[in-house]
Amino acid sequence: MSDSISLAEICISAASKAWKDDGEILATGIGLIPRIAAGLAKLTQNPDLMMTDGETYLISKPAPMGKRDASNDQVEGYMSYSRVFDNLWGGKRHAMVTPTQIDCFGQTNISAIGEYNSPKVQLLGVRGFPGNFINHKNSIFIPNHSVKTFVNGEVDMVSGMGYKNKQLSNGKFEIKVVVTNLGVFDFNGTDNSMQLLSLHPGASVDDVKLNTGFELSISSETVTPMPSEEELILIREVLDPQGIRNSIFGE
Amino acid sequence: MDKILTHEAVINDLSSGMTIGIGGWGARRKPMSLIRAICQSDLKDLTLISYGGPDVGLLCAHKKVKKLIFGFVSLDMIPLEAHFRQSRQNSEIEVMELDEGMVQWGLRAAAMDLPFLPTRVGLGTDVLTHNPELKFVTSPYSDEENLVAMPALNLDVALLHVNKSDEKGNTQIIGPDPFFDELFARAARKTFISSEEVVSTQELGGKEGAIFNRFERSLVTGVVHSAFGAHPTSCAPNYGFDMKHLKEYSDAAKSFEEYSSKYMNKTHEEYIDSVGGSEAIKNIPLPQF
Repeated sequence: MSDSISLAEICISAASKAWKDDGEILATGIGLIPRIAAGLAKLTQNPDLMMTDGETYLISKPAPMGKRDASNDQVEGYMSYSRVFDNLWGGKRHAMVTPTQIDCFGQTNISAIGEYNSPKVQLLGVRGFPGNFINHKNSIFIPNHSVKTFVNGEVDMVSGMGYKNKQLSNGKFEIKVVVTNLGVFDFNGTDNSMQLLSLHPGASVDDVKLNTGFELSISSETVTPMPSEEELILIREVLDPQGIRNSIFGE
Repeated sequence: MDKILTHEAVINDLSSGMTIGIGGWGARRKPMSLIRAICQSDLKDLTLISYGGPDVGLLCAHKKVKKLIFGFVSLDMIPLEAHFRQSRQNSEIEVMELDEGMVQWGLRAAAMDLPFLPTRVGLGTDVLTHNPELKFVTSPYSDEENLVAMPALNLDVALLHVNKSDEKGNTQIIGPDPFFDELFARAARKTFISSEEVVSTQELGGKEGAIFNRFERSLVTGVVHSAFGAHPTSCAPNYGFDMKHLKEYSDAAKSFEEYSSKYMNKTHEEYIDSVGGSEAIKNIPLPQF
């Protein structure tokens, strides 16, 4: 099995470790890889995690990707948007998100690219980023590690706060882990700089440096651990039986 | 007491320059028949507050928007709203861009008749850079923390779409998520409802039905019977969002004329026929996320 492990599966396995020590909180994976990773975390690292069906209900087992018979969902609770807001203001949540830009301070942007009053590219809007990042832990998944995403200087519109304003968050701001197509990172380098924790197979330190618009610490050049047999079975047979994950890197 | 109105009567009660809050969320349970009626009217220079979807986009496409107060605008399965993007990229509208929780807080402050509610949300972000009118408040307690004073978002009018109403304005939102419709109603001087069904009070289902009554009728000024009035957005549990139509609508940002001639400037009944009729909408499955 191990000779055919995909990059998506390596990223899912690495990302799932983000929620390992979180205890009984709401895990929210927004987007394909983060959602499968959150599900994998619940089935391996941290069974106490709470998770929604992607809409209004808390369910006991992670919802598989793609069309499913939702009547099989074991509903255990209620999570309307209003309750998600209440939950996150209280800090009992850890989300994994994919911003369009991220900078050396860990500040993130999903609002607009270019000059704010006449943006070159209007994106979604800040959505819940200001509240999420100041109230609870977040992790980040970036499928295309490049200088367009990891920008030089600051992001164009700071939607999620970063380490330079950490003192404003009453101790709650943290970017736990950043998983990209090249490797695994965190912000525990000198003065909260982004640091490389491990490289995915085939990626080099030069690839990372070349594709990051700011200085980062290289604390380790180890290779990202491969998913275990158990993780592969859960990813392939339980969480994403239709193989939707393969679309993310065109695998 | 009879609060039943026509679409036209609601439009006649609105005026240019008003601040209008729109219920629903993204591509879900938007009062679209009322929005289309505004598009077809002489109203202009509106300030909108919305968890935005095609309501915002359609009003932008018809140049009805002076200012948008928002956290996001999205069609859910189509993440970015093409018409809104175009208006922003062409600098056609003013914006007050807020965290979606700050929008909730602003509506809640208005609902509670308070000038502001304090929050940390916004600190450390460019939400404050681009909204210099947002001010701060220092905690009067020993922590002396400096917080954002999120101002009340007072509405002239709220427009909401619900599953059921009686003629007195006892409404029911039966879909599992009522979103923030209650706060819109409480933040507004007047609230107009469009309702899938208008039924007798007895037909609201007594105690079991009352669970779905998310705000009291004294907040409701008028009710328009508008079956399938949320189309092309969803109205759980009645129907899902019309992906095919949303795609056509989204693509129409390049050239709006064809879309407009097919679907706009019609009565609500004519519109429903133009998008395939009520049977077709009834059969659109609820989305799965």
